[in-house]
Amino acid sequence: MADELAIEASGLEKSYGKVKVLRGVDLRVERGSVFALLGPNGAGKTTTVRILSTLIRADGGQARVAGFDVRDRRRVRRAISLTGQFAAVDDLQTGEENLRMMGRLSRLPRAQARRRARELLEQFDLADAGDRRVATWSGGMRRRLDLAAGLVGRPSVIFLDEPTTGLDPRGRQAVWQVITGLAGSGVTVFLTTQYLEEADRLADRIALIDGGRVVAEGTPAELKRRIADQRLELVLADAAAFQDVVRAVDGRAVHSDPGRLTIGVATDGSAAQVRALLDEVDPGRRAVRTFAVRSATLDDVFLALTGRGAGRPEDEKEPEDEKEKETADV
Amino acid sequence: MSDIALPDSALRRRAPTRLASVAADWLTMVGRSMRLALRTPDGLLTSLLLPVLLMLLFVYLFGGAIQTGTRYVTYVVPGVLLLSAGFGAASTAVSVSQDLSGGIIDRFRSLDVGGAAILAGHVAASVARNLVSTVLVFGVAFLIGFRPSAGPLDWLAAGGVLLLFILAISWLSAAVGVLARSPEAAGGFVFLMAFLPYPSSAFVPIDTMPTWIHGFAEHQPVTPAIESIRGLLLDLPVGNSPWLSVAWSVGLLVASVALSGVLFRRRTA
Repeated sequence: MADELAIEASGLEKSYGKVKVLRGVDLRVERGSVFALLGPNGAGKTTTVRILSTLIRADGGQARVAGFDVRDRRRVRRAISLTGQFAAVDDLQTGEENLRMMGRLSRLPRAQARRRARELLEQFDLADAGDRRVATWSGGMRRRLDLAAGLVGRPSVIFLDEPTTGLDPRGRQAVWQVITGLAGSGVTVFLTTQYLEEADRLADRIALIDGGRVVAEGTPAELKRRIADQRLELVLADAAAFQDVVRAVDGRAVHSDPGRLTIGVATDGSAAQVRALLDEVDPGRRAVRTFAVRSATLDDVFLALTGRGAGRPEDEKEPEDEKEKETADV
Repeated sequence: MSDIALPDSALRRRAPTRLASVAADWLTMVGRSMRLALRTPDGLLTSLLLPVLLMLLFVYLFGGAIQTGTRYVTYVVPGVLLLSAGFGAASTAVSVSQDLSGGIIDRFRSLDVGGAAILAGHVAASVARNLVSTVLVFGVAFLIGFRPSAGPLDWLAAGGVLLLFILAISWLSAAVGVLARSPEAAGGFVFLMAFLPYPSSAFVPIDTMPTWIHGFAEHQPVTPAIESIRGLLLDLPVGNSPWLSVAWSVGLLVASVALSGVLFRRRTA
């Protein structure tokens, strides 16, 4: 079969004016898998999704989605759905009306659109609110409706652009449950996120994107092996101890800060390994004053792979930045 | 929830012809726009009541001072109709702009719903809304003494001129809505359209205005529309006004449809 891949992109480039947002993005997403594009604001996530979902054209490179070239917009659109960062439902329509409208626009006959709407309301635990206007719903319920709206036409590839941004923990849990439910049902899910934990929980494979390039790609386990999902945070006694430990760690440091006398070292978090590490880097038992074991953050991942923090302001911003800010208070 | 998106052969999307699917999308969008309009009570009330209030204002407060050679209510009804049409149609700009600045436009596009269906949905809802307010204005006008002397054909012709005008302004507004950066900016256009009928023969005869404005007042699209509706309803000679009005409306319509298509593609590229 030539089309084991649901999404295949090579060398995607996109610029807005003089700003290069994508500098050659390559992606391969297997059919039926959940794929996460992980990266900070302005990395090019939304632009990538918009190209793959045919909303904008790339300046360079090629992409195939659901077996069709993205330039064949009509065919690709018939096979995909997109749930963007903005809620794409009408506040003044009821939940059921929204879903029926999406059903009709997905070319379902009227009766089937109605049945499908009820079915989805049921599945997303929205049946009780289905005949109320969406304006009266909570943020989490709206997001669920938004996701349901993306499933009305039974797409084979589903794009979710930051599906949990701006949600409270309960809302996030509900969305995760939906995505977990989708996995294994034959559809391909392509999601973007800023949260390592989210990518880890949901995705079969993760691509890290930064500055318009994919900087790492693999299963969560593979990536974590490269970046360590825990780190041992050491606070050293003085400048001399700092120098000694830096030498002992020898390149394994995730980060080091001579000013604050701190060094971070990758670890699996087990007591045995932490004990061994401490003994190894500080045989005299005087250099390390305190230590803590912390979960790796997205910042650590980026630090490890790109040599700079994820949240750090870049000299290049892509237009999606503003949108992302607005989403935060939805 | 594991069966959410199981492929189901009974639910395969139909693959109709392009034209049939555009028509179906359009109908769906018309339904949506109508529902949204009906559920914005303040907007709906404004677009229905404002014309009636303006007519009462003109007839009872200003009318006594304005000499038009006929009863003022008879003179002013076509003007009020056009005013309400311009105003009501222009609000299309706001609803189109709201769609484009929200997230829903991306979803529509990813469902392969074209700009034409989306905009035409808004336009159709606008025309429907305006027809209701037109009927309302006529109803109240009759109550306060408007007595046209037109035959059925004249009514038909006047209705046609008005309908075409509303359609043209609605599409123009849709184009403005695509162009506007924000719904607030689009709101400015409503304001502008609400003023266009004043420098015309809508409320006072043009020859009572300062000479420098005659050129504009006589050659703007509102004037031939008003002259023809007034003439047809009151059985006065209309000259070439109806044709002029039709030409204006068709011209505006064609230009607006083309312009909105280009603008839509550029905005969503």
